[in-house]
Amino acid sequence: MAKLHGARIKRQEDPRLITGNGNFTDDIKLPGMVHARVLRSPYAHAKILSIDVTQALEHPGVLAVYTGKDVNPVMQPVPTSWVVPGCNIKPKPRMPLAEEKVHYAGEGVAFVVAEDRYIAKDALEKIKVEYEELPAVTHQEDALKEGAPIIHEDVEGNLAFDWQPAEIEDEIFEQAEVVVKQRFYEQRVVPNPMETRGAVAQYNSGGGEMTIWCTSQNPHIHRMVYSEVLGIPESKLRIVAPDVGGGFGAKIGVYTEEALAGYAAKHLKRPVKWIEERSEHFLATNHARDEVIEVELAGNKDGTLTALRVVNTANMGAYLSTMGAGVPTIDFGLMITGAYDIPKAAVRTYGVYTNTTPTDAYRGAGKPEATFQIERAIDLFAHEIGMDVLEIRRKNLVKKEAFPYTNAMGLNYDSGNYQLSLEKALEMANYEELREEQKRLAAEGRLMGIGFSTYVELCGLGPSKVAGAIGFQGGLWENSTVRVHPSGKVAVYTGASPHGQGVKTTFAQVVGEKFGIPIEDIEVYSGDTGSIAMGWGTYGSRTTAVGGGALAIAADRVVDKAKKIAAHELETSPEDIELKDGVFQVKGVPGRQRTFQEIAKSANMAWDLPEGMEPALEAQSFFDPENFVYPFGTHICVVEVDKDTGKVELKRYIAVDDVGRVINPTIVEGQVHGGLAQGIGQALWEGTVYSENGQLLSGTFMDYTMPQADFFPEFETAYTETPSPVNPLGAKGVGETGTTASTPAVVNAVMDALRSYGIKDLEMPLTPEKVWAAMQNRRELV
Amino acid sequence: MGSKMEISMKVNGIEKKSYTEPRMLLVHYLRDELDLTGTHIGCDTSQCGACTVYIDGKSVKSCTTLAVQADGTEVTTVEGLGDMEKLHAIQRGFWEEHGLQCGYCTPGVMMAMAALLKENPDPSESEIREGMKGAICRCTGYQFIVKAVQHAARSLAEENEKEKLVQSAGEGGAK
Repeated sequence: MAKLHGARIKRQEDPRLITGNGNFTDDIKLPGMVHARVLRSPYAHAKILSIDVTQALEHPGVLAVYTGKDVNPVMQPVPTSWVVPGCNIKPKPRMPLAEEKVHYAGEGVAFVVAEDRYIAKDALEKIKVEYEELPAVTHQEDALKEGAPIIHEDVEGNLAFDWQPAEIEDEIFEQAEVVVKQRFYEQRVVPNPMETRGAVAQYNSGGGEMTIWCTSQNPHIHRMVYSEVLGIPESKLRIVAPDVGGGFGAKIGVYTEEALAGYAAKHLKRPVKWIEERSEHFLATNHARDEVIEVELAGNKDGTLTALRVVNTANMGAYLSTMGAGVPTIDFGLMITGAYDIPKAAVRTYGVYTNTTPTDAYRGAGKPEATFQIERAIDLFAHEIGMDVLEIRRKNLVKKEAFPYTNAMGLNYDSGNYQLSLEKALEMANYEELREEQKRLAAEGRLMGIGFSTYVELCGLGPSKVAGAIGFQGGLWENSTVRVHPSGKVAVYTGASPHGQGVKTTFAQVVGEKFGIPIEDIEVYSGDTGSIAMGWGTYGSRTTAVGGGALAIAADRVVDKAKKIAAHELETSPEDIELKDGVFQVKGVPGRQRTFQEIAKSANMAWDLPEGMEPALEAQSFFDPENFVYPFGTHICVVEVDKDTGKVELKRYIAVDDVGRVINPTIVEGQVHGGLAQGIGQALWEGTVYSENGQLLSGTFMDYTMPQADFFPEFETAYTETPSPVNPLGAKGVGETGTTASTPAVVNAVMDALRSYGIKDLEMPLTPEKVWAAMQNRRELV
Repeated sequence: MGSKMEISMKVNGIEKKSYTEPRMLLVHYLRDELDLTGTHIGCDTSQCGACTVYIDGKSVKSCTTLAVQADGTEVTTVEGLGDMEKLHAIQRGFWEEHGLQCGYCTPGVMMAMAALLKENPDPSESEIREGMKGAICRCTGYQFIVKAVQHAARSLAEENEKEKLVQSAGEGGAK
């Protein structure tokens, strides 16, 4: 049988999706189902003086209108699920509906349920809310200023937390030969999966069971939290993530609307559907990034880096969302030295409340920001000392011999070979020739730029002990179950909850390889807490490293048991049995064998099993890795900036990634492409704009630039394979590498193109207008 | 709420008659009334193209079309494009070339790209990317969608070639 591990196999997910047979949340239709909509605050900051729902309730077809007064006393607030220790953190509970005050434009004020979606929307217009508008503040630095509007009365100075895990002596910077200082602004972006959020809730008023189908990346976490919010025991609450149309971090979060749908379903004894519209999504679903990052990088004139000090002032929005506080602290702060051997480092992060939509994880979560600041700073350092940006990287990248390597923040990088990916990328790019071309074009007055990103990121979350130590309100192990049916067909159940990553196929390849059976014989199930053991979901590029780890262990257990049964039937010892191509064979005795299907039948019939053996052929594993995994690589971006318009043209993009052992190269490439599009999107086009009084001005796809097909050249990708030693598959995780690496590669390339103008840095997104204006200003100065 | 209007249209070859509110969007009519949930809604400003269907063979965004506007027309949705017994070349292309990840935008993108191939059976890479202007995919970075469309273009060319051969063989036989 052909090898499955490492094979380019087309996806098992696809037949349903390409024929219109997917089952997304909004596709679910239940008998008697009614529709909900949320009335949202038009103000960023206001007192609610009164709410009058009389007219809305009288509107034909309206079943209920709930306000905070109705639901808040009988529901629990949605909590902050990452309570970072040691930083005086002040999470503010998020009530299902705002009652006294609204804290950002879009916060829910009333929840309407009606016979159809159109009526529900009509009814919103009939609710009369009297507000007293208050001054609002949207930028974190403004919110920290004295006299700034206070978002939560008991949080002084709007400071949600102040995290400083390590300090560094000023003398190191005072005495350093070279210190480069730079302020970066990692702008606010919106994850924007193509399917917005939504939920369908159904309650059985007899038995008290509730099912909520919702757009979730982690249904077990949603069950754990919604159980408390709704006061329904975990044993009676079933959360199902059906087909989920992308997440990118936005669907990790625990929100209020899904719980309100549950509450209404129970109250009305009717199934309730709530589906977010896109312009609503822009207000109501977590945003991301929005960090002011101040960097000081010290070193010697020969290019040796000696110390790094970073201050991150992070805009958390109006609440500390589910994982929000962990992003600019743990995720960002512990990775600030990137792939470089910088002996000393320190970080401080201020988390700030503002009158904006809360920020939380978005593809990479903290690591893109960490990578951005160090990749940009190292370029600035090289320019300062007149060294080539490639040379300074070669000099400071962690050496292959140093692994496992402990960085200055105390993280232990599992494995790596940074030089290998760098050299491979240089070869693909034909680097020397690129620099020649740059000179030729410069002579013609054209602006070409080449940018690097030699990155490493932390993923494969992660050891549960560490999760506990860093205040993460959950475990980070994962479960997989392998169940062999009497026919020899196999069902796999995993607590990971994929939503586009191709896990159905990838996991089937792992099991098919272990058992020697075709992947068509294997079905992978996920996303249903009613049938799947506790697990923690899909985010942080953890599914293959952790869930796949559990899967490999469970599959091995099945093989062990099957071998015992085969040995029993073939009257030999299990050690003499080998499994090859789906056949249990007595070593060295051709013909003495049992097929996988025969053993499956024997195990399930249990007519004649070895003494003391339990029937059936099934195994489960709960795998808790000893460490995170650290994928890495080198990206090279080539751009040309149009002198007349400031438009950045992406000429080439080369990505060499090392994500550990690759199970399906096509799926891995797809993940890289998607990540690149989002990371490049942040560098060049995407960005959120608030007005001074807190109105979201970039609240639709007309105003917020989503990357489109003709924005990109064909990406040139390749990979190296350095297995991770911390999980059975040697996998490292690929979901977030593209996003993490690409943003600084693009910005470095544009800055390289603009060097003749003396422009050191520009804030993202690097729109034509911004680049053009910078060139004009510089001309005036010269 | 207005009074309901009677509308009829042929959807994926089947005649449908309904009483519908004049304000109902075609996409809601297809999804909620006819249970054709393969057509998706990705935005509310007509940018994303997840809702693309054909009216009388022309691709339109069903989120910005009223159901009553489609009265008397023939509508095709992804369900009418092809099924597992007989996939359309574009569906095969998406499957073969990993043209989808979460699959949410996919039906709309496939509809748009199948329409593109009708107009331009041999598009260049840049023509495909240009032709995808009205579609947003957040997962794929578009590269494998381009490959999927190229795959479909090749399949359609081969199918046409075969058809011609069969035709000329048929004509030859008649002589």
